[in-house]
Amino acid sequence: MAKDRVLPLPEAIASLVRDGDTIALEGFSHLIPFAAGHEIIRQQRRGLTFCRMTPDLIADMMIAAGCVDRLVCSFFASGSAGSLYEIRRRLEDHDPAPLAVEEYSHHAMVLRYHAGASRLPFIPIRSFAGSDLPKVNPDIRLVDDPYGDGTTYVVPPLNPDVTIIHAQRADRRGNAQIWGITGVQQEAVYAAERVIVTVEEIVDDEVIRSDPNRTLIPAHAVDAVCVVPRGAHPSYVQGSYDRDNAFYRMWPKMAKDPQRLREWLEEHIHGTADHEEYLAAIGEEQLDSLRVASKPSQPVDYGRRLLAAANEGEA
Amino acid sequence: MTTSPDYSQTELIVCAASKMLADKRTVFAGIGLPTLAVDLAHRTLNRDIELIYESGVAGAHPEAMAEGIADSVVVSGSESVVSMQALFGYVLQGGNVDVGFLGAAQIDRHGSLNTTVIGEWEKPTVRLPGSGGAADIMANSGEIFVIIRRHDPASFPAEVDFITSASPVAAAQSGDGIQPQGHGVSVVITPLGVLQRADRFGELVLTHTHPGVTVDQVKEATGWDLQVADEVRSTMEPTVEEVRLLRDEIDTVRLYLR
Repeated sequence: MAKDRVLPLPEAIASLVRDGDTIALEGFSHLIPFAAGHEIIRQQRRGLTFCRMTPDLIADMMIAAGCVDRLVCSFFASGSAGSLYEIRRRLEDHDPAPLAVEEYSHHAMVLRYHAGASRLPFIPIRSFAGSDLPKVNPDIRLVDDPYGDGTTYVVPPLNPDVTIIHAQRADRRGNAQIWGITGVQQEAVYAAERVIVTVEEIVDDEVIRSDPNRTLIPAHAVDAVCVVPRGAHPSYVQGSYDRDNAFYRMWPKMAKDPQRLREWLEEHIHGTADHEEYLAAIGEEQLDSLRVASKPSQPVDYGRRLLAAANEGEA
Repeated sequence: MTTSPDYSQTELIVCAASKMLADKRTVFAGIGLPTLAVDLAHRTLNRDIELIYESGVAGAHPEAMAEGIADSVVVSGSESVVSMQALFGYVLQGGNVDVGFLGAAQIDRHGSLNTTVIGEWEKPTVRLPGSGGAADIMANSGEIFVIIRRHDPASFPAEVDFITSASPVAAAQSGDGIQPQGHGVSVVITPLGVLQRADRFGELVLTHTHPGVTVDQVKEATGWDLQVADEVRSTMEPTVEEVRLLRDEIDTVRLYLR
């Protein structure tokens, strides 16, 4: 029997995420691993370096909860929903404490994960000429092009201690399949020392093997698979449930008041034992409003050798 | 073509942007006014225009008005979804984007954009969203269109507080020895008029004022001595048909038109 990597989420966080770790929680608006972030808050990890292209609400939550000392990212707002006020308070007023920031562009973050996954010493990028970003981030460096007369900016690899992502489905070994916006998850996973994949459901091996191109994360890259239905709420899972736009619109209004933000964390995260209780606190009515109608893909045909098919017919 | 009797400022800006997309092929844009402009251009002037989202989606056919570039409705039924590595590396840095749309809190005379901070980076007065993909889009798109919803000396200062996305002029002045692949900002549409940059190393020039706006008004609202075209035209007003398309077919729920 091949290795079974299924673990309850609290156990996976307890054994794989340590104080002081550099952690990446990726997923570009889609499949943000909120349930895992919430569990890190519950287990009160401290001193984390938090990496995410677009920090989103999960960063506001984890920073407010005191888990994060350093933020590595390329965006500081919540897409269409506006400001992330905990981050703004930290940076504008050092309230309640300053926050160290390493700031990049989106492409630079993508390339940093790619360089990390490929164990490269650095990687060139055609952005940043004339920009002030290299002035505030000494890790964006100008070097001579070893093959030509010119120069190029380079960025360093990013190798998290732990990367956590959310996926639609996986088998028990950890072969994880993702469809819809796939973002930077594959690069972030291979860049990391330890990897946790939370999934909407565990499926039989045959389901995974019926469409191997859909496996973005092969099992050999995974340390733990955790079954967490609705584990991306309030973000979304293509084909399963939609983004909770009401929640996203509510967040900046609430988080603008640090007291209310902390009360929300107390009630919805510290006050709930696990993700199931969190969902109960969000409420069935709100979750029900996020249902989507079905729109399946046409299956592709991978084919098989005629001989193998014939032998099976005789047996 | 009959002029619409009751168009809004938003509709005027969207229609102005749309007309400038008549001969463009691939456009990299966020959701909002740029998307409306591309959609309108597609229906009126340019059947071949193609919209690419930062989320990796190209050829979207959304069944409902999208709330953001990564909304599930832009994915369902779209022609392709690629990874971030393919999107920023091959599509954008590979030189496949004709026009990138960007917004900004501040813009200077050469089209350098600030989306990072007001004040000092170390302890800003206002922390803005940052680059996202903007610095990459500026460096690698054929040209950049900017829609900016304020036109005053604070938004159009002589010097921006922080250069997030640099103009070719700022790139040359920095001494880095690297030039962006494209032209930088070519068009800026504001609530007062249209500024254009024809010369890659030149300054923004006022080419159009919106109906009812004078050249002096625009100059006063700009934080440097704004160059003015020999012949400043009046921005073309939206037609009845353009406004009908925008309201009845493109943004039926008035998510962005307002």
